[in-house]
Amino acid sequence: MTPRSSDRPFLSLTAIGKSFGGVRALDDVSLDVSAGEIHCLAGENGSGKSTLIKVIAGVHRPDRGSIAIAGQPVASLTPISAVRQGVQVIYQDLSLFPNLTVAENLAINSLVEHRRTLVRWRDVRRTAEHALERLRVSIDLDRLVGDLPIAEKQLVAIARALLQDARLIVLDEPTTALTGVEVDALFALVRDLQQRGVAILFVTHKMREMLQAADRFTVLRNGRVVESGPAAEFDEARLTHAMTGRAIGETRFDGRVDASAPPRLRIRDLTGPILRGVTFDVRPGEIVGLTGLLGAGQGELAARVAGLETSGTGEIAVDGAPLPACTVRAAARAGIGYVPEDRLREGLFLDRSIADNANASSLRALTTGLRLLSTRRMRSQADRWIHDLGVKAPSIDAPVRQLSGGNQQRVVLARVLATRPKVLVLNGPTVGVDVGAKEEIHATIRQLAAGGLAVLIVSDDLPELVQSCSRVLVFRHGRVTAELGAAALTGDALQEQLSAAH
Amino acid sequence: MTSRVRRLFGRHEMVLLGVTVLLSIVIGALNPAFYSLQNAFDLLKTSVPLGILTIGLLVVLISGGIDISFPAIAVAGMYITCTLAIDVRSLDHLPALLAISTAIGLALGLFNAVLIHFFRLPALIVTLGTASVIRGALLEFVGTRTITNLPPSIIAFSRTNLFEATLANGASAALTVSILFFAGVAIAVALALRYTVIGRGAYAVGADLAAAERVGFNVRRIHLFVYGLMGALAGLVGIIHASIIRNANPLDLDGLELTVIAAAVIGGASITGGRGTVTGALLGVALMVIMDGSLVLVGLPSQWHQVFIGLVVLVSTSITALRTRSARAGEIAR
Amino acid sequence: MTGSRLPVGAALVNRVLGGGILGRTPFARLVVFTVAVFVSMTLLVGSDRFLTTANFQSIAFQLPELALLSFAMMLSMLTGGIDLSVVSVANLSSIVAAMTMVHVLRGPAGAGGDAIAIAAGVGAGVCTGLACGLVNGCAVAFVRVPSILVTLGTLQLFTGLALVLTGGQAIIGLPDSFQWLGNGTLLAVPVPLWLCAAGAAVMAVVINRTAFGVEARLVGTNPIAAWFAALPVRSVLVRTYVTTALVSSVTGLLMVSRANSAKADYGSSYLLQSILVVVLAGVDPAGGSARVAGVGLAVFALELLSSGFGMMRLTSFATELAWGAFLLLVMVINSVLERRGK
Repeated sequence: MTPRSSDRPFLSLTAIGKSFGGVRALDDVSLDVSAGEIHCLAGENGSGKSTLIKVIAGVHRPDRGSIAIAGQPVASLTPISAVRQGVQVIYQDLSLFPNLTVAENLAINSLVEHRRTLVRWRDVRRTAEHALERLRVSIDLDRLVGDLPIAEKQLVAIARALLQDARLIVLDEPTTALTGVEVDALFALVRDLQQRGVAILFVTHKMREMLQAADRFTVLRNGRVVESGPAAEFDEARLTHAMTGRAIGETRFDGRVDASAPPRLRIRDLTGPILRGVTFDVRPGEIVGLTGLLGAGQGELAARVAGLETSGTGEIAVDGAPLPACTVRAAARAGIGYVPEDRLREGLFLDRSIADNANASSLRALTTGLRLLSTRRMRSQADRWIHDLGVKAPSIDAPVRQLSGGNQQRVVLARVLATRPKVLVLNGPTVGVDVGAKEEIHATIRQLAAGGLAVLIVSDDLPELVQSCSRVLVFRHGRVTAELGAAALTGDALQEQLSAAH
Repeated sequence: MTSRVRRLFGRHEMVLLGVTVLLSIVIGALNPAFYSLQNAFDLLKTSVPLGILTIGLLVVLISGGIDISFPAIAVAGMYITCTLAIDVRSLDHLPALLAISTAIGLALGLFNAVLIHFFRLPALIVTLGTASVIRGALLEFVGTRTITNLPPSIIAFSRTNLFEATLANGASAALTVSILFFAGVAIAVALALRYTVIGRGAYAVGADLAAAERVGFNVRRIHLFVYGLMGALAGLVGIIHASIIRNANPLDLDGLELTVIAAAVIGGASITGGRGTVTGALLGVALMVIMDGSLVLVGLPSQWHQVFIGLVVLVSTSITALRTRSARAGEIAR
Repeated sequence: MTGSRLPVGAALVNRVLGGGILGRTPFARLVVFTVAVFVSMTLLVGSDRFLTTANFQSIAFQLPELALLSFAMMLSMLTGGIDLSVVSVANLSSIVAAMTMVHVLRGPAGAGGDAIAIAAGVGAGVCTGLACGLVNGCAVAFVRVPSILVTLGTLQLFTGLALVLTGGQAIIGLPDSFQWLGNGTLLAVPVPLWLCAAGAAVMAVVINRTAFGVEARLVGTNPIAAWFAALPVRSVLVRTYVTTALVSSVTGLLMVSRANSAKADYGSSYLLQSILVVVLAGVDPAGGSARVAGVGLAVFALELLSSGFGMMRLTSFATELAWGAFLLLVMVINSVLERRGK
């Protein structure tokens, strides 16, 4: 890897500040990205990364500070002028059109840009072929983008960005939905772009990827740059410290599990689209972590237990009683509580109050004689959970939309716990939650387990797994390939298992 | 070559073609009169207004919108133009009348577009409102009487045939010239959807409005285009309709929107936007027209028509919903 | 998207309206609107004709039909859908009810008098409503067809069935005592108004105080989260459309009783009006909101307007024009105020 960084940075941000309604999202942020450099912008969720991306894209106008592109100061950057000057941001949603073909998606910008009236399909095809050739990949140009796997969609998005003479490509959490092999392919591609003098700003919160790819680091925390420098100066410990403001916690889950107790959750020979005969037990008080590369089976397992995924064979039993049907309702009735991964879409009713959200899954238990809801009991139940879980909010009547990520996650947890579950399945319990709240949520989970709950955590956050779990199951191609517990459960050991899983 | 065929006839279109052919065989077996040239020409004639409107609505649906005001627009174009032509005899030339009616339709369609685009209002409720405004205004300010003495140029138009034949049994069969308008609109819209940036923009906006805006499509122009086109085509249909039934009734065409939506949806257009083809819409129209026209041939009283159309809408949308659902199964759990 | 670029049209309306009293909550806006309608109608028509007992009595007889249909429409919008078939359900139910009554009266049980005929008719009408609601609900909940398509289809289907049953003719010869439902009074208050008040009370309780009501609201807010939260989404949807249809069929019975006949195409203008009422009441057509009091007030304002129009001898066409124009105007004002609020 020989970065061909030129002396003058392509993009230069100086002392950028940006506030939203009195909340300071960015404060005195400076960042230089040079041509041919892979620059990693690291930070926890809520650190100001996404605001900074939008400043670079011209979506947000900074309150203070200056921006220079290719050495020229830019007075005001708009989304269009950013694109004209070679800045391309690839957001997580990729902004592709699923109902159009690969060729058309690739050529769509050039169609719009030249203010043409007619579409020349031969040109569209040529443009698209050219774009894919530049990336040295081959995708069927006539396929609909909606039918492509995520990794190929991403290639289309990157190819499209390059078509517009991109000199800086900002990749916003590009690996979230990729499998291990696909991540490697993406990195190879990114290095290839680097060789051609394209500047890359890689935005992520995943440790492994940063260390694997970056030439330089800039770490954001609470809207400020806390560290910046060449990659050689960084290691995992230093990055973690920079991102979180503390060292990797050495707190470990030490809940005692009564090995002779009958299992709360019994999983037998679960087979499905990905899963291949998975069997294990979870006893009361136990916290079992499930991890693996994307699509290795841990997500499907959680979905099966929660009744979301209906196809497949095998048995799931709670307290010895097998689930009668494979539906969300049946799972809930059997005492399985599920905290979904995508909080905003799957977990919350954003425009409804905290109380409505907290009571949503247990309304039937809050009715009185005439099958009418008891306002008093609704309020007291909501009050209790809000208090127990430490949700910080002006009142239980406030819409959930107004809460921070951590408090929103507590509301989801409150809703699930109000059903008095026996088994708790948490999918990415602290994604998008700031550091302090993360620790508190972990503490809550441990407390719940101590109360006799069986807990499953699906996560790719290794420190989280090491700190919170009694044991961790590593998935690979639909099977459990390793089980780490007690002393064997360390970050290094997990990392090793995951790498082996490639 | 095969890819071209595939593009013209996707899987949905093939199924639809199969159903249409099968239906024709069944009806023909029940009543051989179905296969007569006269019946074929009659069906083609009834398909003209329905077909032109369906193609207009197809474009609206592709862009993620909906319009239920077009029957009111068609009637307004037709009635105002006819009233005008009777008062002002010098206007009585077919091209002038078609142009006036189309222009009225265009203006009303653009009014819909303005409300939907600039105030970001739900298209269904907006067009429900404009339909009522248009009909109310027409009946209040223009007239309520059915015009039976149509302008001579429209009468002449209704008698112009592309093709006439005297059959063996002495009856004559004639193919109306208005079929050319239908063909012209179908071809023009098919080409516009495929070969113009605004046509591709309609697909893009229908799939993801925010992304289309980000890419740089002029969403305002696209909204004005789709609703304007719908209105203009409705205006055109107004005159054609008057020429077919040889009168201009301001209370006419009520409820036609349902048949048109049914034809477009059966033809594979998605009510949520982004999907639909002219070929599919044409097949949807064919199916509706054959079914509707044949109820009489197989001996069902006309009161059953509405029941039948309702059932067809329910069944076809259910099949589409079930198919997309099975295609999406398992998407939730990665 | 910065979102700060206010479109020209919106900016214009914004300026015309200024920052006045229209800027508060939807309900406050509605009160202002109602008072404005009241005052302007009194002035335009003349207080000696408008402010009469007779006028308000006729409003009291007319209002319940629209109010009940509007409650039904509101309920369907609560779950994020729409029920375009409300009027056709009302008509089909009323026709089945009327035919049953006529049949029973003519039949061997006719000797039993009006009571049996009415009971049989009401039962048949309500059962028809139930069946219609099940068709709508199952198609939306189980087959997952968008509600707009389902109800467009069933609108055709139910109206078609009504036409087939009657051959387009009105059904007459109903039991005399059945007229009491639509035209009688109880404690000096019109019976339909009692029915409407009861409907409003039940609706308010169902929406705010039952698990079903709160769940319907949650489903309308975020159907995906509702599924993940193990809410009975399908049963909520089926019950929503069944309730909507039941309310519609009761309205149908009221319509038959008031007109003393049943026909396939009665009250077709109610569809637009009920949507107008619901939008006027400040209900978000995208789902998750319901305002029983707002709907009540909006219906009252519209009936004031309607009776004023009648007294000013406006034609039914001018009235249709006015309804449409109001619907558009209210939506434009709401849209502008909402955007300004952000």
